[in-house]
Amino acid sequence: MHEVLFAAMRQSIIDGDPEQVERLAHEALALGIDPLEAINRGFVEGVNYVGEQFGLGEMFLPDLVMGGEAMKAAVAILEPEMQRRGLQRDSLGTVVLGTVKGDIHEIGKTLVMTMLSASGFQVHDLGVDVPVERFVAKVREVHADIVGLSALLTTTMPGQRQVVEALTREGLRAQVKVMVGGAPVSHAWAEEIGADGYGEDAMAAVALAKRLVGRGVPAT
Amino acid sequence: MRTRLQLLDQALLDRILGEAFALLMEPGVRVQAVVAQQLLAAHGATVADGVARIPEPVIRAALATVPREFVLYDRDGNRAVEYGRDAVQFDPGSSCVHVLDPDTLQHRESQAADLVRLIQVAELLPAYAAQSTAMVCADVPSGIGDLYRLFLVLWYSGKPVVTGAFSATTTQRMIDLLAADAGGLDALQARPRAIFDVCPSPPLHWSDFAGENLVQLARADVPAEIISVPLAGATAPVTLAGAVVQHAAECLTGIVIHQLARPGARVVWGGAPAIFDMRSGNAPMGAIETAMLDAACSQVGKSLGLPTHGYLCGSDAKVVDAQAGLETGMAALIGVLAGINMISGAGMLDFLACHSAEKLVIDAEAIGMAQRLGRGIEPRGTSLALEMFAKAGLSGEFLKLRETRALFREEQFLPSPVIDRLSFRAWEEAGASDSFTRARARVAALLRQYRRPELGAAREAALRAIMEREAMAVGLTTLPGI
Repeated sequence: MHEVLFAAMRQSIIDGDPEQVERLAHEALALGIDPLEAINRGFVEGVNYVGEQFGLGEMFLPDLVMGGEAMKAAVAILEPEMQRRGLQRDSLGTVVLGTVKGDIHEIGKTLVMTMLSASGFQVHDLGVDVPVERFVAKVREVHADIVGLSALLTTTMPGQRQVVEALTREGLRAQVKVMVGGAPVSHAWAEEIGADGYGEDAMAAVALAKRLVGRGVPAT
Repeated sequence: MRTRLQLLDQALLDRILGEAFALLMEPGVRVQAVVAQQLLAAHGATVADGVARIPEPVIRAALATVPREFVLYDRDGNRAVEYGRDAVQFDPGSSCVHVLDPDTLQHRESQAADLVRLIQVAELLPAYAAQSTAMVCADVPSGIGDLYRLFLVLWYSGKPVVTGAFSATTTQRMIDLLAADAGGLDALQARPRAIFDVCPSPPLHWSDFAGENLVQLARADVPAEIISVPLAGATAPVTLAGAVVQHAAECLTGIVIHQLARPGARVVWGGAPAIFDMRSGNAPMGAIETAMLDAACSQVGKSLGLPTHGYLCGSDAKVVDAQAGLETGMAALIGVLAGINMISGAGMLDFLACHSAEKLVIDAEAIGMAQRLGRGIEPRGTSLALEMFAKAGLSGEFLKLRETRALFREEQFLPSPVIDRLSFRAWEEAGASDSFTRARARVAALLRQYRRPELGAAREAALRAIMEREAMAVGLTTLPGI
């Protein structure tokens, strides 16, 4: 049933074509298809393909970003119907993400956000230049499983340490995993500041996030 | 706008051609093949004691009948190589006798299996529009060496092939093999898949075999590529301009013989000129002056409206090191900017004596970059930046624009993982490899990916029958590399 439609959905994500995604999402609703099924058997398949191909070097960042944007368009149309039916996407976990205070670099963080949400995480993107207190407040508010901290400058890296310290101070550290990323950041830095992991790029961040919520391949 | 490299101004170009015409009257050109002598003598040249003197009007008449452009086809009949105008294409270098063993870094005798490996790698690299009969195989008797390597290319590749014969008898057998591949001589002539290199000997000498070969190819209407090889300072004048004059005179002689044998037959103004290294006495193919000679020789051919060929992207290094990379990269740039139609030589080391599949994959990256430069900077869309800014505003989110996804593949040459663009840490985590190590991995990956093209049972049987007959005649009981 609806296999042709699901295949078209997959392809629309691969093509990074939000208009086609919207048409197909509306078509699914008109046909009375379970919106969750449309996401999981249609659109997510496309996201997975783009992610795999990116990992293999066959697809590129614009493909990844446009695929993520297209996925967002699908979810935006299907979500109201999901809520009406009392359905929820099976989330791998809740992530709070942002670039630390004093740092306005966005691209790396946005790619991680795109890939995490496309991979099934519930992501709250706080944007750039985010003060320590906002990270803490959001983690508390949404009961985050993971907080992701981006820093692109050696001068702003200490902001990652400050968030870790604030989470400890506020008694939240035990319930939330911390992952860090950004050009000057390293495994050694992650260890030094007491974070739970470091991801080299968006794909590594997804693998790390899955591992941190106990859904991925164990660290070796 | 396409960027162009022109090393010769019009005055120098005119002088080069003027002196080339003068050379062909005094001292003249040695032409050994009787058939060529007869053709020349019957059409206005004088031939005495094996030396031909060819007046300019005879040469001009021959130039007038040369096709300005022609095409080589792949096995499926698609246009795959364009000779003429500003097309620039590359093929691997030809006829080495060694291969670089990627594990031991020794240069060892090339064998059929090495040629097969190189063909399979070249088949999957879009940088190479054509294959070449790249190696002399030590495990194949020399009497059928040229025929056999062509057979291996036809067996494992669908691309056009730049080849050449070692003797007049094998030329005909190679044409027969190509005809069997094409489905008949008529089909081969209508859609040629191969071009034959023919080499005069410097200075100003067309040997018995070379002259006969030209006539034979012209009469069979199979494309020929003249490979003039002046060695500036040894077998040619030491000045680059002087060597270009000699190249022109040797090519003009070849074209006259060729066009007299069959006016309108397809022929290319080509060569492998080089300087002579005054320390080692070698012919450095990676020298900048060698590349300058190729560019200038091609410019002379283009000024006559002819399709052109050059020999670049071989290096004189013995391993795939920084010298190999810099010599190849610079030569690729010069070849592309000079607009040479077919550039042979990639993959080669040690003055064209040694092939390396690993170098071939690295060279493909240099070629891709050079071809990108050749395409230049073009406006796309109705505005250059205004429309994209209208969408992205001051957000800086160009990565999210539809235009970015639609255009980045055209705007950027996308290198393979042979070219390292990882962060330091990612590079370290990926094994901290150098380009040769990454090239080895890419060769292995390409070989895993390679699938032999479908030849069809009838064609396969026809090719095999010809080759088995020839192989048995020289005492081979199996077909090496098959």
